[in-house]
Parts: sequence; C-alpha cells; structure tokens
Amino acid sequence: MSLLEVRNLKVHYPIRGGFWNRIVDVVKAVDGINFSIEQGQTYGLVGESGSGKSTTGKTIVGLERPTSGQIFYQGQEVQQNKLRNSVDYQRNVQMIFQDSLSSLNPQKRILDIIAEPLRNFQNLTADQEKLRVLQLLDIVGLSADSLYKYPRQFSGGQRQRIGIARAVATNPKLIIADEPVSALDLSVQAQILNFMKKIQRELNISYLFISHDLGVVRHMCQQIAIMHRGRLVEVGTRDDIYNHPQHIYTKRLLAAIPETNVNSRQEHRQKRLEVERIYNEQQAKYYDSNGAAFALQPVSMTHFVALAPTD
Amino acid sequence: MRDEITEDLLTLKDVNTSFKIDGEYYRAIDAINLHVKSNEVLAIVGESGCGKSTLATTIMGLHDPKNTHISGEIIFAGTDLLQLNEKQYNQIRGAKIGMIFQDPLSALNPLQKIGSQIEEVLLYHTTLTAQQRQQRVIELLEQVDINDPKRIANQFPHQLSGGMRQRIIIAIAIACKPDLIIADEPTTALDVTIQAQILDLLRTIQQENQAGIILITHDLGVVAEEADRVAVMYAGQIVELATVQQLFNNPKHPYTRSLLRSMPQKDSFNDELYVIDGMVPSLQKLPTVGDRFAQRIPWVSADKHEVNPTLHQVAPEHFVRCTCYQNFSFPDIKRGA
Amino acid sequence: MWKTILRRLLIMIPEIIILSVLVFILAKAMPGDPFTGSINPKADASQIHHLMRVNGLYDPWYQQYWNWIVHLFHGDLGTSYEYQEPVTTLIAQRGMNTFWLALFTMILTYVIGLPLGIYAGSHEGKLPDTLVRVYTYITMSIPFFVVLVVGVWIFGYTLNWFPTSGSIASNANGLGSTILSRLQHIILPGLLGALFGTVNIVQYLRSEVIDAKSSDYVKTARSKGVSTKNIYQHHIFRNSLLPIAAFAGYSITGLLGGSIFTEMVFSYPGMGLLFLNAINYRDYTVITSLVLLYGFLNLLGTLLSDIILSIVDPRIRVE
Repeated sequence: MSLLEVRNLKVHYPIRGGFWNRIVDVVKAVDGINFSIEQGQTYGLVGESGSGKSTTGKTIVGLERPTSGQIFYQGQEVQQNKLRNSVDYQRNVQMIFQDSLSSLNPQKRILDIIAEPLRNFQNLTADQEKLRVLQLLDIVGLSADSLYKYPRQFSGGQRQRIGIARAVATNPKLIIADEPVSALDLSVQAQILNFMKKIQRELNISYLFISHDLGVVRHMCQQIAIMHRGRLVEVGTRDDIYNHPQHIYTKRLLAAIPETNVNSRQEHRQKRLEVERIYNEQQAKYYDSNGAAFALQPVSMTHFVALAPTD
Repeated sequence: MRDEITEDLLTLKDVNTSFKIDGEYYRAIDAINLHVKSNEVLAIVGESGCGKSTLATTIMGLHDPKNTHISGEIIFAGTDLLQLNEKQYNQIRGAKIGMIFQDPLSALNPLQKIGSQIEEVLLYHTTLTAQQRQQRVIELLEQVDINDPKRIANQFPHQLSGGMRQRIIIAIAIACKPDLIIADEPTTALDVTIQAQILDLLRTIQQENQAGIILITHDLGVVAEEADRVAVMYAGQIVELATVQQLFNNPKHPYTRSLLRSMPQKDSFNDELYVIDGMVPSLQKLPTVGDRFAQRIPWVSADKHEVNPTLHQVAPEHFVRCTCYQNFSFPDIKRGA
Repeated sequence: MWKTILRRLLIMIPEIIILSVLVFILAKAMPGDPFTGSINPKADASQIHHLMRVNGLYDPWYQQYWNWIVHLFHGDLGTSYEYQEPVTTLIAQRGMNTFWLALFTMILTYVIGLPLGIYAGSHEGKLPDTLVRVYTYITMSIPFFVVLVVGVWIFGYTLNWFPTSGSIASNANGLGSTILSRLQHIILPGLLGALFGTVNIVQYLRSEVIDAKSSDYVKTARSKGVSTKNIYQHHIFRNSLLPIAAFAGYSITGLLGGSIFTEMVFSYPGMGLLFLNAINYRDYTVITSLVLLYGFLNLLGTLLSDIILSIVDPRIRVE
C-alpha cells in the first residue's frame, strides 16, 4: 500500500464574466492526475510555471480544494475532515515553501514558529516544548541562541532550515517540498539538499519534491512525474526520464537545461534547437485539439507516457 | 564559434565601489580590473552578495553619489565614464550601453504602454520623427521575435507573459544598437525553456550588432553555454578570470572548484553534495587583510595564503587570486550537512 | 466598463433597501413619538391616538415602511419637526452650503498637499523634506477643534478679518456680492481644514515618491539615458499620484457629509450642523433622511473611486 495516492485529481478555477458575473469558463490548473508515493521515497513533480505542480502540492496538504478526485493516505480516503482526523493526516503531512521569508511570520520568534505545529497536535508543557524545539534546531544545525530571534535575523539558507524544522516537528510521514531550494545560492542549496536526504534516512520521511530544476530533481528523486498544462505527460524512474524520455515535452525540458560541459556546447545547442523544432511541428502527436496532454500509456513496467491513443 | 574578437570596448582599471552604511563606507567591489571586447560575452559569476550586480550598476552609473563612493577608471570607447557629468552620462546610457534587468515585470513601468516605453529611448538618443520612431518600435519588436508587434505595442506590461516582457526589455536595450549590453541575471526569473529562447535571442542580436555583452549570472550552466570568458567573483573581488574552456576544464581557485563541486551531477544521487564551510561574510564584516576565502577552507594553513592576495597569471588569459590554489585539494572526509 | 458600472449600480439597489429598512427600524425603536412635546401636554389621550391613527403610526411597521418608501420615491422625505420645513428643502439648502465649503476645502487641500508631498519625497532627507515633515507632525498632533476655535478667535473675533458665523451675509444682493460674501464665509474654515487636513496626502505622496524613486522601472529609465527631470515628470510623479487619485472618489462624497466640527465652530449652516441639531432635537425625519443619504454617498464614493482607479491604472481594468 502506498503512503499517499492521488487519484484523478482535478482543481479547476472558475473564470467569471459577463453582465451577471457568471462562470463563463474554467482554468484547469490540475486536470486529472494520478500518482502514488511510497514510504521513504522522494517523488519528483516537475513542471514550468503554470503547470499546476504547486497547486497539486497545496491541494494535498489541504490549502486548496480539489474540484474532484480522491487522495488516499495509507489506503484511507482523506477528503473529509472526519477521515483526515482518523489518520492524523494534518500532523503526518507537512509542507516546506519556496520563499522562506514570506512563509515565516516575521512577528514571531523562532521558538514560536517551530512550536506552532507542536501546540496544534501535542500537549506539551512549556519546558517539554522548548526542549523539543531545541532538539529540532539541533537536527537542522542551528544553535540554541536562535530560539528568541526573528526570521529576518537569518540568512536564506538558515530560514529554509527553520522551515524544515517546523515541518519535521510533528514527526510527519510525508513532506511536500515546493521548490525548497529555488531561491538559494548554489552552496546553500547543496547544504539543504544534503540535509533533506539526511533527515529522510534518519526519520524515514517521504517527499513530494516539487521543482522546475531537473538537475536538482535528478539528484533527489527516485520517481519522477513531468507535468504540463495541468496534466502528467510522463512518469517513470530517474533512469526512464533522464535516459529514455519519450514525450516531446520531457525532451524539450531536458534539452533546455544548460550543461556545464563546455566542450560539447555546440552539439547541445544543436540538439536543443532540433528538439524545439520537433516540439513545434508535432503538437498533434502529443496533445489533443484542446492542447491538453493525452492519457498516460505504459511503455514499460515503470514508465508511462502521454501518447495519442493508437486505434 | 563567434567571429573573431577584436579590440577592447570597455576597460575597468582598479575600480572600487563603496556604500555608506550607518555613516561608514564599505567596499562592495574591490580593485576590479577587467576588459570586454566587441562581439564577446564576458560572464561575471558569483553568489548573491558577491558584488556582481554592483559592478553592473557601477558601469551604468546608476548609483546615488550621495551614499556611494567610486574610484578607479572605467574606460569606454576612449572616455573615462567616471569623469562624466550626469548629462554626458545620459548620452551614453541607452545609446552606447544597454542594460537588461533580472525581473522584467518590475523593470517596466506598469502604467505605460509597451510601445512608448521602447520609444522613450529613441526619443532621447535619435533625431527620428514621431512616425519614424513608431516604425522603429515595430521593427524592434519584430527583431525580438514578437508576433503581432502593432498589438503588443499598445498593451501594458501586465498583459504579457514573463518571456515576452524580457523580450521587451531586450528591445529597449538594443533600440539604439549599443556597443555594449549589460545583462544582469536576464533569465533568472524565467522558466528553463524560455531561458533558452532568451539566451538564443541575445546571441542572435549580438551577432547582428557585433556588441560586447557582460552577462551577470549565478548559473554556471548558463555561463558554460554562453560565455567566451568568465570572471568569478567572491566577496567583492575577482578570484578567477579565464576563458570559458579554461574555467570549466581546468578550474584553479578553491572557490571556483568548490562551486562546481557543490552542483548536483548526473550520477550524484547516492552522494552527498560538497558544502562550502561557513558563510559568505557580510559587507561590514569583510576581512580587511588576507585571503577573503581563507575562512571557508579552514584546512588550508595560513602560510599557503598570501598576505595581500593578487591575481596571478597561470596561462594566457587565465588569472587566479592568491597562491593558495597551488596544491589545493579537498579533504577526504565528506564535510557539510 | 459601462456594463460594470451599470452592474455595480444595480447591486447598490438591494444595499440601499437593506440600509433603508435598518434606518427605519432603528428610528422607530427610538423612544418617544414625533408628537410628544410638540403638542399641548394636557391634550386628551384620545386626541393623540387620533393623530397617531391619522398619521398611520398604528399601522404594522412594514405598512409604515412602505408608506415611507412611496413618499421617498415621490421626493417627499417628510417634514422636519424642528424647522417645520420639508426635509428635501432643508437638505437642498444645507447641502448647497456644504458643497461650496467642501469644494473649496478639497481644492485647497490638494493644492497644498500635492506639491508638498512631491517636494518632500524628491528631496528626501534634505532640509525641505525635514521642514515638510515638521509641518505634518504639527498638524497631526494638534486636535482639529482646537485649531478651529483658536482660528475663529484670532482671525474672526480678534482681528475681525472673517465672519464668524453663517454662510452668507444677509445684506448680500446681486451676483457679485453674493459670491464675495459666500467666499468670505468659507475662506477661513476652508483654509484651516485644508492646512490641517492635507497631512494624509502629503505623507502618502511623499512615501509613494520615495518608493518610486528606488523602483526597478526608474532604474530602467535611468539606464535608457533619461534625464532626472524627465524621470520625475514621466515616471515618478504619475505613478505616485495614482493612489491619491483613487482616493479622491471617497473624499469628494465624504466631504459632502459636512464637517461637524467646522460647521459647529463657525455656526455654518451645512449638513454637519443640520445632523448635529437633528440629533439634539430628536428630529427623526431629518435623521433618517440624512443617514440614508450618507449611506448612499458612501456607496457612490466607493464606486467613484473604483472607476477613477480603473481609468488611471491599466492593471485594474473594469471589464
């Protein structure tokens, strides 16, 4: 049984217009996606801005309301609040945000920020709570004197670690990490990525790793899904996606990543222009008349690609 | 490869820029010596706070003289820009040097139509009539691959996508066919596929105009794909200056090597990434003497560093700061995390 | 655009109906009746009952409300018990007085506030900025009614430069002297209102200018080689004035409500004074009419502000 399973999830936003402000159209931010995350695994969800990847993450933690579809946690459907409580869903599924500054309340001390989920889910005395926060600060490598400081007094990397400490405070099983390193410098990024892997090993946490950066995703994730215009276009293992991409959009994303191999930059550029040409020419092969990706078809045991149905 | 690279277009001699913070001046960039040639891309790479953007705004003369102190020489086409008054500088900015900014939404005036924002450059630097300017705006929009330029010229910035806005910024920067284009993180705010298109566009424009480009970025991948030469900056100083091949095939300075080593690799899934020890010192806490990077490589003993580190030539066009790069190696034990 | 305005106006109808019901019920809930105190206290109880019945005051409340509304639509707001005049006539007279004072005050407020705000913002940290800030602190820290009382005392009673009560001299005949007399009556209250009411505009504009100066689009303009003077003219001023322009909608309708302080101190027969007296004398017909009018003006102000904003800011387009 998977830790988390998302079944045919749709999040549509209405567009209002006309004289009576009625719904005239919908934006299909997430348009029927399926995937499942195993215990202890890192699942990569990759896409460009507007692909619906962040909406998916927010819907899983309950920050957005799904239009339809189901979310199962350890086999239990968690759409209704009652069912969520029975599996302690809110405690077990936490989130890390991209912008560590705006996601931490600037008025609150670090102690209160990290203790907030503890106060919601556990009844600790003030001393126990402080001890636990100190433990968490130690796990994320921050000193004890951080307790009474405010978010602005920390660097971007430190704030991201505070965000992680808050997320792991309740011993969650799954962390939704929405672009956790996109705003960070390279050397700080390395630190956070190492650290996320370390607590995964120690606490057996699963991640839904949402990112646009295919280089980082390759370093972090076993399973990867590529998302485009609200749908998944390709799902597979790291090897499937990076070494045997089938969907033109995956190929296009891969070709667009700048490579640090200077000696083959001509070839890389040629290849990218070639992929771009095919992408523009073969839309009909990969997208239906509305521009939406087709349903996923298996091409191997682990690898699924959104190809036109062959009839 | 590019056409043959010709004479120096811009030369920086011993340029320092200091900012006044709480009544005292602190050096944000320190003794920068650089040159850019026509038709070449010089990349300036470094992490946030290293001074790379300050370098760009120093060349453009965008700092408020009340709380900034700049010394040295910035020779552009035979003139020292630092000797110019505001009026003379305005004849160079936009006309001879164009600038591209990181965030194309905030860099455009939200209340002005696209067309008039492009036209503004032409208004100040050309003698074209109103009608000719309109015509040129359309041409420029076509040049940056915008379909339906007449319609776009009548729109406002918020009506365009991020990639389109960056194309508008580029159109503004190239409107007067400048000899030098300074691009400050031009693709950081964009998606990878859009980034690739914008970088392609910049390359095409450079080839058409034979302009020199200073490309400021934190992204080593972008550097490897686009640059001819690279300056790596750390804490306000250039620590390594080399051709792009030399820098990636044979990096010398410990900082350059550390950065390359901390990047996720194709096969790094089971490895820990290298983490540079400590933190970038803040402007007020920069060490006044000695190697500024020394505290980030604590296992290298003090006598390996120079007291006043200077740039050493290690190959034609390849310079490295401080002697500590000689026999430098990373410790065996995995650090970090 | 026109569609949206029309829709917003249509939405205002139920809002005003709800407001009118509330106002009516609250007025009815007030103790006493319109005749208490206005007729002979020794009058026969049956006589009062008769009056009440004739005036429909024993009808169920919805019936009374309906009558009130029907009259309202016929332009009949009832008669003021205090002034023994139709409320419409009263409001028309007082409204005109308030309108002239409000218009004068508003023009002065902007004439003083706009240049000061722009000047302070563009000279941030320098002497002119400091002076302007001292001015705003002073005007902010002195209570307005103190200013008015001191103003009337110095310029009215002591120096005798301006009249201290009324809206027009009784002996003013002909167009010229009417205008002159009106102006004489509004100069002092208008000037004091503007001098001490402009602080919001000054401070808001100052910080808008300072923000705009360091904005990225100004950096772009500078990198285009645009001169400082032109950057101020074409980019900074226009963008900074935007929120002020939007606020104008509120201030116009807000001022029409009249300033109770000013009108009281200057005994200026405007809407504010009318409202104050109506409350003092339990003049219910006037109170309900004024509350309804203020509610309507508020809704109108909101709409006006939205319309102005959508005209000056292309990002906010009313579709």
